[in-house]
Amino acid sequence: MSDSVSFSVNGVAVHLDVDGDRRLLWALRTELGLTGTKYSCGEGHCGACTVLVDGKPVRSCQKRVRDLKGREVTTIEGLETDGRLHPVQEAFIEADALQCGYCTPGMVMEAVGLLRSEPNPSAERILHAMEHNLCRCGAHPRIVSAVAAAAAAMRGGAG
Amino acid sequence: MSGASPTLPTRRQFLRRMAGGIVVYFSLWDLIGAQEGIEKPAGARPERRDLPRDFNAFIRIGEDGKVTGFTGKIEMGQGPSTVLAQMLADELDAPYDAVELVMGDTDLCPYDQGTWGSNTVRFFGPALRAAGAEARGVLLQLASEQLGVPVERLQAKDGVITDRDNPSVRVGYGALAKGRRIERTLKIIPSIKEFSRFSLMGKQVPRKDSLAKVTGQAKYSADIRLPGMLYARILRPTAHGATLKSLDTAQAEAIRGIRVVRVGDVVAVLHELPDVAEQAVQAIRAEFDAKESALDGKTIYAHLLSKAPEGRIVASGGDIAEGQARSSRRFENTYLNAYVAHVAMETHAALADVRGGKATVWASTQNPFGARDEIADALGFAPEKVRVIVPFVGGAFGGKAMNAQAVEAARLSKEAGCPVQVMFSRQEEFFYDWFRPAALVKVSSGIGPDGRMTFWDYNEYYAGGRGSEQFYSVPNHRTRVHVTDLRGPPGGHPFPTGAWRGPGNSANTFARESQIDVMAAAAGVDPLEFRLRNLSDSRMARVLRTAADAFGWRPAAAPSRRGYGVACASDAGTYVATMAEVDVAADGSVAVKRVLCVQDMGVVMNPTGARLQMEGGIMMGLGYALSEEVSFSGGRVLDENFDTYKIPGFSWMPKIETLFVDNNQLAPQGGGEPAVIVMGAVIANAIFDATGVRMLELPMTADRVKAARA
Repeated sequence: MSDSVSFSVNGVAVHLDVDGDRRLLWALRTELGLTGTKYSCGEGHCGACTVLVDGKPVRSCQKRVRDLKGREVTTIEGLETDGRLHPVQEAFIEADALQCGYCTPGMVMEAVGLLRSEPNPSAERILHAMEHNLCRCGAHPRIVSAVAAAAAAMRGGAG
Repeated sequence: MSGASPTLPTRRQFLRRMAGGIVVYFSLWDLIGAQEGIEKPAGARPERRDLPRDFNAFIRIGEDGKVTGFTGKIEMGQGPSTVLAQMLADELDAPYDAVELVMGDTDLCPYDQGTWGSNTVRFFGPALRAAGAEARGVLLQLASEQLGVPVERLQAKDGVITDRDNPSVRVGYGALAKGRRIERTLKIIPSIKEFSRFSLMGKQVPRKDSLAKVTGQAKYSADIRLPGMLYARILRPTAHGATLKSLDTAQAEAIRGIRVVRVGDVVAVLHELPDVAEQAVQAIRAEFDAKESALDGKTIYAHLLSKAPEGRIVASGGDIAEGQARSSRRFENTYLNAYVAHVAMETHAALADVRGGKATVWASTQNPFGARDEIADALGFAPEKVRVIVPFVGGAFGGKAMNAQAVEAARLSKEAGCPVQVMFSRQEEFFYDWFRPAALVKVSSGIGPDGRMTFWDYNEYYAGGRGSEQFYSVPNHRTRVHVTDLRGPPGGHPFPTGAWRGPGNSANTFARESQIDVMAAAAGVDPLEFRLRNLSDSRMARVLRTAADAFGWRPAAAPSRRGYGVACASDAGTYVATMAEVDVAADGSVAVKRVLCVQDMGVVMNPTGARLQMEGGIMMGLGYALSEEVSFSGGRVLDENFDTYKIPGFSWMPKIETLFVDNNQLAPQGGGEPAVIVMGAVIANAIFDATGVRMLELPMTADRVKAARA
């Protein structure tokens, strides 16, 4: 039953000998010790477990390890570059776009994925893209502001 | 890569570290009195401690100048780690960055009753501030001795004490604390700062928890890792009240690495991987006997009424019969509220390490000391042998005051001899939630020809008493609360119920504020004007007027077809008025376009934090108003995940505005709950204004609105 799967997580090569049907969420949280990616619904409804696979937001609770061969996975722990926060992380802090913080990693990853594919989303587009990331504390207005602010900062930045 | 392991000190290390410095112990109870109405949710256990002689918290100033506050309160998102640090730093005249809190650790922190009821800033805050002021006094005294300068000439600022006449003569708090061990127990309240002297309180400060939360470094209970730990999945019954009839664990046991453990009525599978444990629990063959029941979302209300006790009158005045006789119009309505789930994004989780006669348990709970006592009972340990540590809690809203998962983890760890994690699946979270109780409120009321209320006869069933006492000026009134215990009487609810953000008050406010609008509409009077006409409480009138000005409310009798609604309430000492604008589509679906919320909450300690609670209350309130209703059949909970139980998402988001009424003469009041309690009523009233249809049942789903219009 064991599959041998090599991929990268946050720029580090990873090799797992596991049942390839296992979901990425649990491999991240156990074997790889990356607990920033959260379990909340286990069925892909809520977005708390969102990570990037080859730059695109993916529900890690639904993603089979077998399907990751050769792929690049980025988690919330891998967003910083050279000790500097990603503009989306900065914007979440600046806008106080969080309360309990449990949905925050998934929200941040979803937003980073969005801004990679659409650097200048409208407010409506942000709502639509984030719709399936759930927050119970009601940080929604500030999350939308943070994503818009991050988009502006990234467009204005050197990159 | 390896999992993070907890690095909190043991009690011994901690006490050794405490050897030097200045420590002020204080008791919330001595300072404000236990009589101030600090509530606890139904089901909370009685205290075992002799509280008045004990202390509830303490602060310490270390030799490095760092200030630490130790409190049994926990951080579940509402910001106590920020606002308490802000209050303490201000009273101490210490830098905000130098202050940190150690929260929710039963070994390190003194007893606390629990984090709920919008009590933290309101009741714990004054005691913490007093301790800060006391410590500041000690520091000034020490500085005076060391510098040879009289106290009156000294000035404390940013953790440094300076001679006003000679600013080069100065000493820092760390240096003053060095080599000393000074302990004070606060007995009298030192003078705390007047509003005009606030330097940090009332100001914007960075949240203490933001950086950890945006980087994934924030640890929640399920993120704690210990060597040799196993993940448990537990066999669950199919319905509340069901009993296990047959059990076959052979297929589960055949999975490599699986251990099947039975402790009392708990049947669990343990594995070093949580997803393999999940497969194993699915492989258990079990049959349950569940009692058949005709109870569902339709039949529940008649059932609940049939089981309701007589209750008691909590407020009355004048004579109802006389009021009825003087009425030109009389109105009688029954308002219904469905069961609502808490649905914190973090499911209940705990990691227990029970070995060598001691237990250490990391748990997501609002109530660390309650959890400690429950675990001690279950294990047969003395409470001192149990340490509960509460890391960040991923939302609670009243739903994390029971500690079943922590008890299960502890029992399984003791049996298995290794650390065990229990983390509820979303399905378990729905099944074991203690829902906001389904509730009825019957209101009979009348008005005279002058548009003033003549009588108010109010009967609450199952909501809880909070918010049942109306604040309008009615000469003849009677409020009877039939069910105060949120768990309801025996034979009432088919599953556990309990406190849900602003317990009781959302159902009571839905009934009261809807009924007010019913009368206003019948009188042909603008609903805001009708409220002001029937209010003698000037504080409430001011909140309403502030809301009207900011909203741009133009008077019109409902239904004006504009879709405007208003509702007001008081909760936890705070007054709140909310106005909303809705669109109702032909299919009955309601879009809330705009919500304005105004609060008079006394001094606002952390304006951003308070606004976050208002925004959060508005967003959360959209759910119980429009969609949230637990589906059930007897003891079976039919909702298992977010596909059928819809909570508000981004597309629901109205334009949200929040405002404070300046009331700096009043001490800080509660902020966690007031904004949520008006949402049912304000939307019901706005729907009436849009359509002329009065909704009497929450949630106001598209189907219900459509049916009501037909």
